[in-house]
Amino acid sequence: MFNANKPFSMHLNPDAFRPATEAEKEYISQMRPSSTFFKDGCKRLMKNKVATASLIIIIVVTLSSILLPLFWPYSYDAMLGVRPGKPADSSFNNLQPFTYGKTELKRIAAGEKVFPHIFGTDSHGRDYFIRVVYGTRISLAVGFFASIIVLIIGMTIGSIAGYFGGKVDIIIMRIVDMIYSLPDMLVIILLSVVLGRTLNVEGTIFAKIGSNVISMFIVFGLLYWVSMARLIRGQILSLREQEYVLSAQATGASGSWIIKKHLLPNCISVIIISTALQIPNAIFTESFLSFLGLGVNAPMPSLGSLASDALNGITSYTYRLVIPAVVICLIVLSLNLFGDGLRDAFDPKLNA
Amino acid sequence: MSSKMLYYILKRILLAILTIWIVITVTFFVMHAVPGGPFVGEKAISKEAQAALEAKYGLDKPLFEQYTTYLRDIVTKFDFGPSLKQRGRQVIDIIMDGMKTSAKLGLIAACLAAVTGIVLGAVAAIRRNTLLDKIIMVITTAFVSMPSFIMGSFLLIIFSVSLKWLPANGAMQGGLVLPVITLMLYPMSYITRLTRSSMLDVLGQDYIRTARAKGVSRWSIIFGHALKNSLIPVITYFGPMLAFIVTGSMVVEQIFAVPGIGRQFVSSITNRDYTMIMGTTIFLASLIVIMNLVSDLLYKVVDPRIEFE
Repeated sequence: MFNANKPFSMHLNPDAFRPATEAEKEYISQMRPSSTFFKDGCKRLMKNKVATASLIIIIVVTLSSILLPLFWPYSYDAMLGVRPGKPADSSFNNLQPFTYGKTELKRIAAGEKVFPHIFGTDSHGRDYFIRVVYGTRISLAVGFFASIIVLIIGMTIGSIAGYFGGKVDIIIMRIVDMIYSLPDMLVIILLSVVLGRTLNVEGTIFAKIGSNVISMFIVFGLLYWVSMARLIRGQILSLREQEYVLSAQATGASGSWIIKKHLLPNCISVIIISTALQIPNAIFTESFLSFLGLGVNAPMPSLGSLASDALNGITSYTYRLVIPAVVICLIVLSLNLFGDGLRDAFDPKLNA
Repeated sequence: MSSKMLYYILKRILLAILTIWIVITVTFFVMHAVPGGPFVGEKAISKEAQAALEAKYGLDKPLFEQYTTYLRDIVTKFDFGPSLKQRGRQVIDIIMDGMKTSAKLGLIAACLAAVTGIVLGAVAAIRRNTLLDKIIMVITTAFVSMPSFIMGSFLLIIFSVSLKWLPANGAMQGGLVLPVITLMLYPMSYITRLTRSSMLDVLGQDYIRTARAKGVSRWSIIFGHALKNSLIPVITYFGPMLAFIVTGSMVVEQIFAVPGIGRQFVSSITNRDYTMIMGTTIFLASLIVIMNLVSDLLYKVVDPRIEFE
């Protein structure tokens, strides 16, 4: 636009309006396809071998816990020795791995194929493998949904406190401080004792998983959102001073619009990471409560209750304790390592 | 001591008292919201007998009056009322009985965890990126990912069932060894990781370089300059560590049959011993709140750089 030949002229230089030459086009063209924040993060994540391996383990475990029960010939609550109209056949109880009950042996002798009990059966004659699969499913589901609940509540309250500030912030943060200083495990135990007996879930879709698990979700929702809320408030506090927020405010955007469209997407990495690290935490708590007998209602198994049941026959059936224990450790360890990998990949600032 | 600091300490103490009051209130009203009450259940009892029982335990009075009486008894006499299931015993006596064993267990575990954790963390930081460091980090990561009941069960299988080195029953001679190890492994691993990262942070500081440039010996730098400063974040973990040990002891005492407060608590839950559940929850919660307060205040006192809000 600036005419070098006539510096004080108000006339525009017509040369400036000519179409770009090939050389100029070449100059502004991209050297390589642009990469988004998400793509960059994924690339870094894939380079991290430990995180990738953990992700594969998580996917395999999750998929098998969902898919295996669909075609497995046994169910988690069927006592194989119990047949309608006949006395219970105790030969099905406490089977060692790959052994069979009396009627099954007869069928094998008759040339029939009987699906093996890979991990044997438990003291009630239930196929142990499918119980472990169901237990894994319950534990994963509790971990996953509890984190989602925590995420939603924490995100909403944290972003409101951070964005609006002032009195709203002070009140919310005082409540957060208060809940934060409560000993969480004790409150969880207390509430699950009470809610487990107060809630009536008969006849609803929740009847199968039982009131204890529902109360566990409620307790998670009530207590664990505070750290998420603190984290997001801190992020929003620094983000809301940015120019693009000012410009959005100047153009008349409402508070909820700015939070949704500008602030939350910018702290998405922190949100993803802390949610991922929240899942193993919830699985820990669930298995702890199930171990104390406050978790899922029988006959539904969870990894914690399976381990707790196995403790009675520890000398003769050690593998029954080892199997759920190994599965819990595997899940929690891979989730932790994957969460660490996520943090390294998506938040280089945090990686000190 | 500056007035700002005094104000901060006062504020924290008030917050702690408020928290304990909330715990008492929530526990009381939540436990009284359970439908049926403590005497409805296993055996059907006559109306008169139930009324007599309720009169005996003061359950026939209005709820708010029961609450004020309960609160007053705790504050003035440290009295949590009688146990509903262990007839003739006071809740506080049962708690104190269990605490004798549990406190021993917890204190030994906490001290061992702190000492070994700090040593391992410091070693890992000094020998950074060597094989030793990697081994320590892998082991502690594994321990942190292991729920305490699994750790306890594995130790039980290995040392009591297979090797028969140590008794599986915590009440027997040498029976506390396995429970202590079970309880200490998680906090130890956590402290190791905490010490390692804060030690690495400190070792990169300017004053360490200055000391090295002045020719201070390696060990003098580690013990005189680095270790002391890198322990500050570890102090903040003491509160959460106690909370972990309290909840962990419930599981550990269950596994190893240790006659402690955690086992009492779990059995009171299954027995529906309401006053016992309330009393134990309030007692343990207050313990944790007070310990959190102490470790927070200590943290601020030890490190003068930390600002008081």
